[in-house]
Amino acid sequence: MDSSLLAAEGCGVLYSDVASPSVIPERSGIQTADLRRHYEIGGNLVKAVDGVSVRIDSGEFCALLGASGSGKSTLLGLLAGMDRPTSGSVTVHGTDLASMARDGLAGYRLRTAGMIFQAFNLIPSMTLLENVELPMRFAGVDRKQRSQLAREALERVGLADRITHRPRELSGGQQQRGAIARAIINHPKVLFADEPTGNLDSRTGAEIMDLIRNLNHKEGMTVLMVTHEREIATRYAARMLTMADGLLIDDQTI
Amino acid sequence: MKSWDLLELASRNIRESRLRNALTALGIAVGVASLVSMLSLGIGLQRLASTGIQRSGLLDTLTVTPAGNGGGRGFNGAGRATVSPGTEPRALDETARLEMAKLPEVREVYPNLLFSAELRLGERTARRSIVSAIPASAKDSEAFASIQGKFFSSASAAEVLLLKNLAAELAGAAPGKPPVPADLAKQLVGKTLTLSYAERTATPDGGFNVVFRNRAVEIVGIVDRDTNAGGGRGPDGSGGVRVFVPLVYAEGLHAMQGADLRDGGLGLAHAPTYTALVVRLKSPAGAATAEAAIKKMGFNTFSVIDVTSGLRQVFAVIDLFLGAFGSLALAVASIGIVNTLVMAILERRREIGIMKAVGASDMDVRKIFLAEAAVLGLCGGVFGVTLGWAIGRIINFGAGVYMQSQGVPKQDFWFVPWWLVLGALVFSLVASLLSGAYPAARAARLDPVEALRYE
Repeated sequence: MDSSLLAAEGCGVLYSDVASPSVIPERSGIQTADLRRHYEIGGNLVKAVDGVSVRIDSGEFCALLGASGSGKSTLLGLLAGMDRPTSGSVTVHGTDLASMARDGLAGYRLRTAGMIFQAFNLIPSMTLLENVELPMRFAGVDRKQRSQLAREALERVGLADRITHRPRELSGGQQQRGAIARAIINHPKVLFADEPTGNLDSRTGAEIMDLIRNLNHKEGMTVLMVTHEREIATRYAARMLTMADGLLIDDQTI
Repeated sequence: MKSWDLLELASRNIRESRLRNALTALGIAVGVASLVSMLSLGIGLQRLASTGIQRSGLLDTLTVTPAGNGGGRGFNGAGRATVSPGTEPRALDETARLEMAKLPEVREVYPNLLFSAELRLGERTARRSIVSAIPASAKDSEAFASIQGKFFSSASAAEVLLLKNLAAELAGAAPGKPPVPADLAKQLVGKTLTLSYAERTATPDGGFNVVFRNRAVEIVGIVDRDTNAGGGRGPDGSGGVRVFVPLVYAEGLHAMQGADLRDGGLGLAHAPTYTALVVRLKSPAGAATAEAAIKKMGFNTFSVIDVTSGLRQVFAVIDLFLGAFGSLALAVASIGIVNTLVMAILERRREIGIMKAVGASDMDVRKIFLAEAAVLGLCGGVFGVTLGWAIGRIINFGAGVYMQSQGVPKQDFWFVPWWLVLGALVFSLVASLLSGAYPAARAARLDPVEALRYE
């Protein structure tokens, strides 16, 4: 990676000093050092992420762009604690995900990271309210408080009148708004979004993006969004990271 | 995760694929039902046999006879009659009786008093019978369970109980007709009977005189037993006994005993000895100890403990087999649980991925699957116990109808004790948790990225 070029772009701090990630003074935000994720499919070694060193500050709205197969979703998975790196380090708000046990990662996903998907991923057998309550069940929040917080969250995303509906009874935009309510219910520090508008028409997509931008602006939530739509990235994100073949090839502030 | 949430999630997941889970639970239910019904059949049969033995008083009763040549083996050589080698034979007298009564295992010791007597009711022809003296505690024994009238008012009352055959003869009923105890009781209870017997009076020189006496006794009840069924207690061949009198009353009669002739010959009549003593124990468990202690005193003992321990062994084997068959059905049902849950993992792969993505730990997922297994197992268990119980009731009912049609009194073959119900529920729960362990571990190991990759 050409670190001098990226450093010149000047959004956040980019580390070329991969050998000493521990000297980083800031404990907030996301930082990775020489992060790699290799896996095998049918006997072929796929280097999905192959040495990414990046720093994203707390409160930033970053878009992660790249062609399909560039490794952007894999990187997102690593940062969101959904996957574990083959090597390298990844630290989010002071916690080193690479050295964490499975339980620790689950706790990280529960409390520090919120995640939304292209396919919404609401549980079809549960009502919208139950879907939003689900993370709080794992957090051990009691029933009454859970229900109230979930209602409030659904109100905030404009779905107060849909709480007893099942996901299949809702439009795509409504489902994604429900998914956002679920993602933020435990007050995460970072929102990870994997192609959040990929299954939506442009108008609904814009609504969802407004909602995400609101979370970033008003609540200071760090947002990392994978997208392949450069237009959306330039419109909403403050910084665009571009990946190709497992490497960060571009980092620009808008 | 809170256990209530766990249960709620588990039961909602179970409701999602209602048919499959219902069938799985039904499998468990059939397994549990077969286990419960098999075991309760075994328990019921055992209970039937052992209550019979217990009420007959055989299990907690020892018969003691004098050892040595003159003592006489008073029980037709049946059963076990041995004396410890090297112990001196001694007289079965009052001293011995008191000594035995002091043993910690012993509830009471009473003589096996039997004597021959002639009975007259008003002007009717006299009948002869052997009279047996019975203690007040015999009231609970099976022989007197179906008494018509009542039992003796006290141990020293001048009262008699008659076997139905003798009662029929005394009442002058036509021979050949089966006697009906209830009718005989109406006819005879409250009437006075004259009892003629031989009384033994000791003389100062160690011999005794025999005097014939008449005593008036009141008939208080009719015993519904055949003469040959052995109305007396103990296996000492007391068939032929058709009249019972209270023990203390009988002792006051000083009626001639079998042993008296010998004692008279030996000049021992001033210290009467007993032909046999019946030792009743506090519980059958003390039989072996008491038996050993009495043998050490120098007497023969007889008990049926050996016979019943064999019976218990037979029932243990029967229970084992019935239980094994029942468990086999439950084992098959457990495979059903494994199958259902593994299927559920495949189907809910994405759902597991979502739960993990929003923060469920491996343990949370494992617990959810285990809870599902537990709910399935418990539902199956409850239904199975009910089913097994119902099957038992139906068989009891059917057998009852059949037995009544055969003229045999109705009896329950089937018995479901509370511990079996509890045990079956616990067993089905444990079996389902064990079968759920593998699927649960597999679900817990799923990686969220992997799980969400598949559409």
